[in-house]
Amino acid sequence: MKNIKALSVTASIMGLLAAPAVAGPDSDSLVINGELEMVTETAAPEHLDGAVGDTIYSGWRFRTDETQALQLDDFDNPAMLTVDKAIDYFNTVDGSEGKSCASCHEGPEEFAGLTASLPRVEDGKLVVLEDIINGHRAEVMGAEPWKWSGQDMQGMVALIGLQSRGMPVDVKIDGDAAPFWEQGKEMYYTRYGQLELSCANCHEQNYGNMIRADHLSQGQTNGFPVYRLKQAQLISKHNRFRGCIRDTRAETFAEGSDEFRALELYVASRGNGLSIETPAVRQ
Amino acid sequence: MADGVKPRVKVPSKAAAGEAIVIKTLISHQMESGQRKDSDGNVIPRSIINRFTADFNGQNVVDVTLEPAISTNPYFEFEATVPESGEFTFTWYDDDGSVYTETKSVETS
Repeated sequence: MKNIKALSVTASIMGLLAAPAVAGPDSDSLVINGELEMVTETAAPEHLDGAVGDTIYSGWRFRTDETQALQLDDFDNPAMLTVDKAIDYFNTVDGSEGKSCASCHEGPEEFAGLTASLPRVEDGKLVVLEDIINGHRAEVMGAEPWKWSGQDMQGMVALIGLQSRGMPVDVKIDGDAAPFWEQGKEMYYTRYGQLELSCANCHEQNYGNMIRADHLSQGQTNGFPVYRLKQAQLISKHNRFRGCIRDTRAETFAEGSDEFRALELYVASRGNGLSIETPAVRQ
Repeated sequence: MADGVKPRVKVPSKAAAGEAIVIKTLISHQMESGQRKDSDGNVIPRSIINRFTADFNGQNVVDVTLEPAISTNPYFEFEATVPESGEFTFTWYDDDGSVYTETKSVETS
């Protein structure tokens, strides 16, 4: 009897020792180009009420060393090729009015801080960066709207996001934004699809664990649009939301739908305090 | 000249004499292999970078032949020893006859 008890104690200690090898974020720190220090872990925002524990982590901390390395230097970051193209677009005349972005805006630097505060409510509507870009294309330039997840659109989103790199995510969730935030929160905890999985099932209750070959992160959006090695291109937040919901074997919402705007706000608010990493590199 | 071709090079601006430095180069290029067909069944003509060279003060450092199986945006990283201050010249040769060059100077201490 005594022997059996001793054995089970040993087994449980081994279990404890073995667990950290895969679970949880690693302890690396992210410094871009050898100078820009990023906050990849910080105190969880109050509204989470301890749902993910005390700390929120950037998705960068859950990736392999090889993937992490691609984000350390802009020369190695494959997203920068698309960002470079966006700089060209910025200065290219498009549409019936004969204007480019540069006709009204001095340069992308003008948008420092914008991405950190989006989505936000304007005239009673929840607005994300894609809306603003396409809005200006339609109203000011008289140009065709870009497709939501097209590389021209996401390149521009990344270029504008890059201007806020290193700034903390800081979206407003009270006032006008409250009803949208509540809607997003409702979605986050709703189980979708034949597999009946909610966002929280993976990214809140099981971050750090493996889901088959994938190391689950907290599902933070501070690095979006991200360059995903799997797709070898920039991936929008809505594309990623759609992918996750599809994987639960559900009928998904459309990119650019009001549902995804609300979810984008809620998920962004879960990362309040993390540095903007745009454009990040992920698996 | 093919569309959207842009050479990029990263070389440290300072180095100790005789030190091996890491050089990273990338050229954005479609690297169309010549094996693919368009939706009408016509072969899309080959359009690749077929040669890449790096020289330091006129002396050749690397000379690479590229083949059609190399992916979009070919990236080369290599080390070079710099005996004295000088200039690296990087040259890419396109199938269509275009030549793209980029230069970077290194100061030794």
